Amino acid sequence: MDIKKSNRKRHLDTLLTATTWTFAVLTLTALMFIVGHILINGVPHLTPSLFEMRWTTENVSMMPSILSTAMMVVITLCLVVPLGMFTSIYLVEYAKKGSRYVKVIRQATEILAGIPSIVYGLFGSLFFVNFMGLGLSLIAGALTLSIMVLPLVIRTTEEALKSVSDGFREGAFALGSGKLRVVFRIVLPSAVPGILAGVILATGRIVGETAALIFTAGTAPNIPQNLYGSVRTLAVHMWSLSGEAFHTNEAYATAVVLLLIVLIINTVAAAIAKALNSGRIK
Amino acid sequence: MVGGNTMNKIRKIREFVMAKVFMVCALISVLALTVIFLFLLVNGLPAIREIGLFNFLFGRIWTPVSHPPSFGILPMILGSVYITLGAIIVGVPIGIFTAIFLAYICPKKLYAMLKPAVNLLAGIPSVIYGFFGMVVVVPLVGRISVLLTGGGTGASIFAASLLLGIMILPTVINISESAIRAAPNSYYEGALALGSSPMRSIFFVIVPAAKSGILASIILGIGRAIGETMAVLMVAGNQARMPISVFRGARTLTANVAMEMGYAEVGSLHSNALIATGIVLFVFIFAINVLFTIVTRKHKGA
Amino acid sequence: MNMTELKDKVDLWGTDNNSKTRTSERVAVDISYRAHDYNLAVRDCNLYYSDFQALKNVNMDIAQQEVTAFIGPSGCGKSTFLRIFNRMNDLIEGCRISGDIHIGGQDIYAKDTDVSLLRKNVGMVFQKPNPFPMSIYDNIAYAPRTFGIKKRGELDVIVERSLKQAGLWEETKDRLKKSALGLSGGQQQRLCIARALAAEPKVLLMDEPTSALDPISTGIIEDLISELKAQYTIIIVTHNMQQATRVSDKTAFFLLGEVVEYNKTIEIFSKPKDKRTENYITGRFG
Repeated sequence: MDIKKSNRKRHLDTLLTATTWTFAVLTLTALMFIVGHILINGVPHLTPSLFEMRWTTENVSMMPSILSTAMMVVITLCLVVPLGMFTSIYLVEYAKKGSRYVKVIRQATEILAGIPSIVYGLFGSLFFVNFMGLGLSLIAGALTLSIMVLPLVIRTTEEALKSVSDGFREGAFALGSGKLRVVFRIVLPSAVPGILAGVILATGRIVGETAALIFTAGTAPNIPQNLYGSVRTLAVHMWSLSGEAFHTNEAYATAVVLLLIVLIINTVAAAIAKALNSGRIK
Repeated sequence: MVGGNTMNKIRKIREFVMAKVFMVCALISVLALTVIFLFLLVNGLPAIREIGLFNFLFGRIWTPVSHPPSFGILPMILGSVYITLGAIIVGVPIGIFTAIFLAYICPKKLYAMLKPAVNLLAGIPSVIYGFFGMVVVVPLVGRISVLLTGGGTGASIFAASLLLGIMILPTVINISESAIRAAPNSYYEGALALGSSPMRSIFFVIVPAAKSGILASIILGIGRAIGETMAVLMVAGNQARMPISVFRGARTLTANVAMEMGYAEVGSLHSNALIATGIVLFVFIFAINVLFTIVTRKHKGA
Repeated sequence: MNMTELKDKVDLWGTDNNSKTRTSERVAVDISYRAHDYNLAVRDCNLYYSDFQALKNVNMDIAQQEVTAFIGPSGCGKSTFLRIFNRMNDLIEGCRISGDIHIGGQDIYAKDTDVSLLRKNVGMVFQKPNPFPMSIYDNIAYAPRTFGIKKRGELDVIVERSLKQAGLWEETKDRLKKSALGLSGGQQQRLCIARALAAEPKVLLMDEPTSALDPISTGIIEDLISELKAQYTIIIVTHNMQQATRVSDKTAFFLLGEVVEYNKTIEIFSKPKDKRTENYITGRFG
């Protein structure tokens, strides 16, 4: 019996193994290179002047943008979380399975999820900024972003609601609860971690977004007086800076801050999701 | 329990009202989509009619502020197509091999590092990718370009493809990986039992079994690439002319909107032509969506 | 107490559309309802899940303060039948029911039935313990709060009484504020019983309440059932025939959606009238 490998076969195996490893290492390298490059060039330039409360053309402080980003996040979440949550409550708890409404809604959210952010920017500038007369403003930006992240919030909340054991629902119904009480007292509290993970993911999207904001919230570098003032979030600030030849170091430093904020947000979301899957939170 | 009737009535009303509130909220996403669609159409279609559909889609010259202006977006359509194609050439092989690696070959310890790395890659904002592209990729491509073609700044189709190729990696990797994992393990074992080597079993049995999922990942990758704005805007050069070489600049549909939306006068033909560009982009995305639905539906049927 | 108040009290499910004489009869009945008014009566009951007929022409009378066991192989319809009495089948899409189901003389499927109130009066314990992810106290107080009891003092009394009834007070009185999910499986199931009792039900439905538990916890719950039977009408679905003989007064054997035999438990297990019953209880199938 001949059980030795033929050379041809062995070559193919080696080739496939080598390619797979190489490409996997390439993926890892790409990430480490991008993150590493920005950290190495940015961290040394994180000077106190970059965190002054007022932006000037000299200090190009990112502090106002950080605060504006926080405002943008809060306002957008205030708009989108209730809306997304109620939508998923409808889809999971109320709608009949396979109803036409559900199909239409699901299709709509899928299309919304696929729309490029620049189209949201375009729409926002047409509808919120001009048609509704909000101007380039915090509120126009937040409204635009809330439509943009709505599909994400709906999907994650839906998953969270679906993962709540039917035993809880049955138990509550059997005790004479109406549907509302079951939803608000039993289902939602159990789904909080999953919903939270979705909200944090949405926060990441908002913080990282640029294209949808340039033509809706504008680029005013300081903190706005009110909802109708133009703002520049950190990502938009990053974009403005990178267009200026004289502020490369500051741009690197700003990139470090933006990158860290987004990475921390995503890591937290991932950690919650992981804990959920492994059943530590239930 | 006693005298429960009035409380009962209030409760019933509350239940009814809230059920309607939930339904109305759920319909808002449909409403939003409709309004987006309508606004693009109402503003964009007249512009297309004025320019002429053929002249708009196949016109080779985009000079919106010249006298007389010309509104041909073929350069941008080609720019989007070429850059997306380039991103696919760069990203898909790396992505699929990495997915195979993650699903079948990766040692557990490495997996614990590689998987989060892939997810981090997905989380990096596109403006950071764009910045990285500006300061690293463009100069590098510029040097190669000078070496090969004797000119070029590096802000080019090539640079944009390279960058977008990295950006679509997480999409391709994550969806392919789950498709590969979903392929029945019995296939793998069956192939092994027939004397196939592990690598051959993976590539010739498992990967074909997962092909519709992998295809879906590529389609989503295309969607991501074609819709990307900031990163492309910062590295592609953005010249509104017919692409001539991979080492020269090009402008995508997304960049066209982003570049000129800021100064186009609201309501002018220029501004409406940009909205019409948005419609074309929308059509692309819609086609990709339909393709995706067809592919995944087939998958479910199989 | 005048007549109208009394009438309200009797007319739990608002189904009073009969003659005055019947009303007054029921008032009389209500005063000592524990003794007379919670019999269950089912006539010609058919139940379909879409096209599948899960129950076929079921007729049954269940006397109060008795423990009735439903036995039969999986999928025979015994759990489905149990859920008829608190209308839990309403939650299943495509489920249709015909026939008359009366509890204490009232048609529980009448148009104007308040299902919430019905479920308050007909408590249920499930196969898998399903304490809510909240404290032990809040679990027990859940149903009273649903029905408008908000005062701390009242709730305290109900919680203590219910836990005592379920034999769980000693084990939990020092940790009422702790999560109910920290209890053992057997304790969780007793908590679920206590939770159902807190709603002050008249009928208690138990859907294989011990199938997820160890033998010791099972024993404790069986003892509990024997104690509770003095105050409640209890129906228990079980896979375990020994359990049926231990706890029940009457037993109904279900097969393919039909009641094959319904009789005193002793009779069913000592001299079954139907061959199929005999086959089942001697372990030939199921």
